[in-house]
Amino acid sequence: MDRRVAVAKLLAARDGALVVTGLGSPSYDVHAAGDVAGNYYLWGAMGGAALVGLGIAQAQPGKRVMVITGDGEQLMAFGAMATIAVAAPDNLDVIVLDNQHFGETGMQQSHTGKGINLAAIAAACGFTQARELRDLGEVDALCADLLQPGTGPRLFVLKIKAENLPRSLPPRDATFIKTRFRAHLGLATC
Amino acid sequence: MKKPAQFWVKNNTAGIRHMSYVPDAGHSTLIRLFGDDPQVVANVLTTEEEGVAIACGAWLGGMRSVVLMQSSGVGNCINMLSLPVQARMPLLLLVTMRGEWEEFNPWQVPMGRATQAALEAIGVTVLRAETGADLVETVAQAAGMAFDGDQQIAVLIGQRLLGKKKW
Repeated sequence: MDRRVAVAKLLAARDGALVVTGLGSPSYDVHAAGDVAGNYYLWGAMGGAALVGLGIAQAQPGKRVMVITGDGEQLMAFGAMATIAVAAPDNLDVIVLDNQHFGETGMQQSHTGKGINLAAIAAACGFTQARELRDLGEVDALCADLLQPGTGPRLFVLKIKAENLPRSLPPRDATFIKTRFRAHLGLATC
Repeated sequence: MKKPAQFWVKNNTAGIRHMSYVPDAGHSTLIRLFGDDPQVVANVLTTEEEGVAIACGAWLGGMRSVVLMQSSGVGNCINMLSLPVQARMPLLLLVTMRGEWEEFNPWQVPMGRATQAALEAIGVTVLRAETGADLVETVAQAAGMAFDGDQQIAVLIGQRLLGKKKW
């Protein structure tokens, strides 16, 4: 499926959700759909996206948090699936855009292209919902599902086409994004 | 470590209500006291760098977090520390030292020797505590500078203070 269309659908239905993006193309996809204060983009700290999402979810239990990351980034956070499952936030959704390749570094095949199923691993860890989606019709159904409150963490793997689209670059100033995000939540900025 | 931990939890003036940890014997009292407190969110980690990312998320969401680990875990954290350093987010790490005093396991020595240098190389301020009284004061000061001054600070708790590991 087309990653930009899938991400645009998820964000059109975000309904106030806070969004954290994994470095590389997921950050560009989210930025391409509209740069808003409720987005926190990572440009590095590979393996950190879902865990930054966990921290936000624990600090803001009244808000839904959606992490949008890639297969390579989530593979680096393999243990994070255990940590998140044990923490069991009911307001954290992890979306893995899975093109089965390391797209930023020359399209080398990743573990998910060699048989590793991240949704099955999340389910085994104890995520309350975890499945693979293969077409945009399923993403429409997911958007509707996500509006229903979760009973625990959820992880969805979107099987997307392996392609490098024109980049849509979010600000690289991490302090600006931090300050804008906290101000969006009504928090002091320092 | 029991008394400083009890004192610190009782006088948690920094308002820390969020903790992540990879266990260490030296942190066991603090983990238990914090873990038993219904006001505190506690996360057990599979590897230490997870705690760095979680603490940054907690700060983005308005909570103050502390990450507990032993010195061997500092080595796991290095690249993840680029997030709080680059975003200038408060970070408080409490690190129990291994490999520097009455250490029976030589495998702990290399990372124990590298801990302070590695943290300073990535841009984290390092403070050390060698006595119980020193520890309470140092942690309070570190928390103040971290959360009120957007600093990334690690307090290294000397192995001499922790005592020889009992088997």
